[in-house]
Amino acid sequence: MLHVGLGHYLTVSAILFTLGIFGIFLNRKNLIVILMSIELMLLAVNINLVAFSSFMHDLAGQIFTMLVLTVAAAEAAIGLAIVVVFYRNRRSIEVDDINQMKG
Amino acid sequence: MIIASLAFYLFSFIAVISALNVIFQRNPVHSVLWLILTFFNAAGLFVLLGAEFLAMLLIVVYVGAVAVLFLFVVMMLDINVTMIREGFMKYLPVGAFIGVVLLVELALVYGGWAMSPQAEALRLAPTPDITQIDNTKALGQIMYTQYVYVFQAAGLVLLVAMIGSIVLTLRRRPGVRKQNISVQVSRRKEETVEVVKVPTGKGIA
Repeated sequence: MLHVGLGHYLTVSAILFTLGIFGIFLNRKNLIVILMSIELMLLAVNINLVAFSSFMHDLAGQIFTMLVLTVAAAEAAIGLAIVVVFYRNRRSIEVDDINQMKG
Repeated sequence: MIIASLAFYLFSFIAVISALNVIFQRNPVHSVLWLILTFFNAAGLFVLLGAEFLAMLLIVVYVGAVAVLFLFVVMMLDINVTMIREGFMKYLPVGAFIGVVLLVELALVYGGWAMSPQAEALRLAPTPDITQIDNTKALGQIMYTQYVYVFQAAGLVLLVAMIGSIVLTLRRRPGVRKQNISVQVSRRKEETVEVVKVPTGKGIA
């Protein structure tokens, strides 16, 4: 119980990832909370990569964590820009409103 | 050893609790604040794993940049908080079902997983001795040599994100009076002043 191994970290990251997926399905009204859930999922992936990197003594995992961090920052910037443009046009950020391309 | 274990349980417990709060908060501003707490505790987990540089990077990049960006956007958009919970109960069963299925799948994968005996030989960049070289220096030594293309690609991703978000949000609003210095400076006397000879007693028609 008190010895913390690789499985403990994997469990935490699995829980965080599941919470991220859960958040995407639950929040149908707010686009920003969905973006935050995606950030949670990327954080879980990062914890996984760093845990394996630490327990297998391989630094490549930490390099890839840095790459994931970069992509997450870029994704947040682009996603929030899209949200801002969408809000300017529709005066709301509800997920149910985003079906204009349905024709 | 026991302090590290207790710290792990503390950090992971707070991280999971605050992740739950990110999802279930009514107000998006509160969600962002809970997200910041999650990132802080994940950084604590990174420190426990011996990845100090990534822990600091997580705080600087996520808390300092991404979370502040979220806060700006949340406060800039005027969101109606009361109607945000509509449809919450409608999607709760399917969301819970998919979440449970995913968790069971992950538990099965982690339960049946074992490390291959050849895994030690297949490492891409073995960690140097921590007493000789610390984490930051070791990362720098391979990031600028072995993984320089990955590093450049990450920079390119950030550049594209920057250009993309500027292109998306920049707009020219009509009817805004802005100073145009080159037009002001290049104005000629002939364009602006007209000398009119007024006949006596008639005025200008």
